Amino acid sequence: MNPKEILGLYENMLLSRRFEQKADELYKEGLVTGSLHLYIGEEAIGAVAMLMREEGDLFTSTHRGVGHTVLCGCDPNLIMAELFGKATGISGGKGGSMHMFDQAHGLLGTNGIVGGGTSLACGAGITLKLVNHTDRVVFCFLGEGASNEGVTHESMNLAAVWKLPVIFVVENNGYEVFTTAQESCSVEDIAVRAAGYGIPGAVVDGNDALKLEKAYRKAIDHARRGEGPSLIEAKTYRWSGHWPGDAYSYGGYRSKEEVDEWKARCPILRLGKLILEKGYATGEELDAISRRVDRRVEESVAFAMASPDPDDGGLLQNLFA
Amino acid sequence: MALIKYSIAIRDAIAEEMRRDPKLFFMGEDIAKFGGVFGCSLNLPEEFPGRVLSTPISEAAFVGAGMGAAITGTHTLVELQYVDFILCAMDQLINQTAKTHYMSNGTVKVPYTLRVQQGCGRGNGAQHAQCFESLFAGIPGLKVVCPSTPADAKGLLKTALRDENPVVFCEHKMLYAVRGEVPDSPDFTIPFGVADIRREGTDVTIIATSYMVQRALDAASLLEAEGISAEVIDPRTIVPLDMETLAASVRKTGRCVIAQEAQPFCSFGGEIAYELQQQVFRYLDAPIERVSTAQVPMPYSRKLETLNVPTADRIAAAARKTLWR
Repeated sequence: MNPKEILGLYENMLLSRRFEQKADELYKEGLVTGSLHLYIGEEAIGAVAMLMREEGDLFTSTHRGVGHTVLCGCDPNLIMAELFGKATGISGGKGGSMHMFDQAHGLLGTNGIVGGGTSLACGAGITLKLVNHTDRVVFCFLGEGASNEGVTHESMNLAAVWKLPVIFVVENNGYEVFTTAQESCSVEDIAVRAAGYGIPGAVVDGNDALKLEKAYRKAIDHARRGEGPSLIEAKTYRWSGHWPGDAYSYGGYRSKEEVDEWKARCPILRLGKLILEKGYATGEELDAISRRVDRRVEESVAFAMASPDPDDGGLLQNLFA
Repeated sequence: MALIKYSIAIRDAIAEEMRRDPKLFFMGEDIAKFGGVFGCSLNLPEEFPGRVLSTPISEAAFVGAGMGAAITGTHTLVELQYVDFILCAMDQLINQTAKTHYMSNGTVKVPYTLRVQQGCGRGNGAQHAQCFESLFAGIPGLKVVCPSTPADAKGLLKTALRDENPVVFCEHKMLYAVRGEVPDSPDFTIPFGVADIRREGTDVTIIATSYMVQRALDAASLLEAEGISAEVIDPRTIVPLDMETLAASVRKTGRCVIAQEAQPFCSFGGEIAYELQQQVFRYLDAPIERVSTAQVPMPYSRKLETLNVPTADRIAAAARKTLWR
């Protein structure tokens, strides 16, 4: 990544962060309903992948997909309006945070089902490689919890057998709702499971943008050469609860010390430090980025607030094409 | 017209559509060898190399992959060797495939046909002989097709493979070897939502799909010998359903029997009976009868399986009941 790309990455990660912090506030005020799963603290994993994508590359997301959706370039106004359930939302208010699709930006859907994107990513790989005969790739984001789903195993095997251009990115944030990864996973590193499928596997610090870039580069090149899928496990941490109403984030199933320790490893702080050290930007320039991002988030909230609810007629529309 | 088997009519429909649409992709268990277990892909791998692939035994992965391919612009056909295996892929079918067009507010299209083989008749037992058309029809966002003849199988499958929506195409294992006249033209298709009046009659309407259609026709012959004129209607597609034709027939006859291989409780037959009483209540001369398998899993014993599945005699008896005989 050149300095300009690193600055863009920083701004994009900060946009995702501030967008979700605002969504968190609005959820607590009751303006955003249902479930909302925040990506705060994990932004580098999605952001670096989005930066490295080329025209025609695709990705599947997860229940924790608001961050991915912001990071992929989808208009924040449309995302915020969707969280409000408004007619102007990216899914017209019918989807919510777990059902957002943006084909123009390669998003094949956030997904309400843990592991739900893994088989879809294989299908996208079929289109890209076996039908269209391109060298395009699909990023498939999943959590360490999803790595224990049957369909994930089936999909990794299928992708390996057919050498599909799928890059499975396990965002290991340590928790599956309240249960720890140690309690639910048979191995410490999910990436070792790659050996069981005969595909490359790698563990990477998910809060370090530069290390992520290296890991993705290998996997992307591997897939573009037609050699098939890879499994990258990015170690990270979920700062928030599983959902904003999760009151047990501290004190209940994990300690404040543990959370604070990970906050000190914030991927955005780390990247900001690197930018200042390398002289890619000044502190004032980073402040300007921060203000720009905040304005963008405020604009999205104003747009969502001013938008109408869906028409009653929408209830029965779009069942079939 | 040519006299061909139901399985070959299906194969021909796939071949014609793969010639027409170079992006049509076909996958399923064992389909690329020996024409698959039921011969529906005979010679297709040779004609369409790289486009007809045998999958691992991973129903969740390949049913979901069909969806992933469909939403990225590939018209996709997936074969499920036995419908019973769909239960391993219900998330992929219901949560992912059926809902996406609606959840995306119509921005994502899902041109995806899932062929399933179902039904009784070979002593396959409780996990290889189920009929799930009622289950599929209850899921918003799926079209459900149940062809009973080789011509219907071909014409409806070609329509499915041109449809921009998820279609579950329910084939019956006892029909694959049945021969029938099938139009030769590659332009031959049958639209969804158009019932076929297989036999005209005036005294009682018998509604049946798939394997039950022949038994309904046999029942009509038995009834004819007794001076009872039965009309036999095959809806052919359950979603969309041609209620207009069904209601018009019952308005005419005043009596109705629904024959289905599925279990009765919460079934397609119950739903049709509900719709009919809504639409033609004052024309009915008798309660609507329904002939089904029992509310039990399909037993293995050939004797018990035969006992369980509606026969022409049982359908005829139900028709007589509507005539108070």
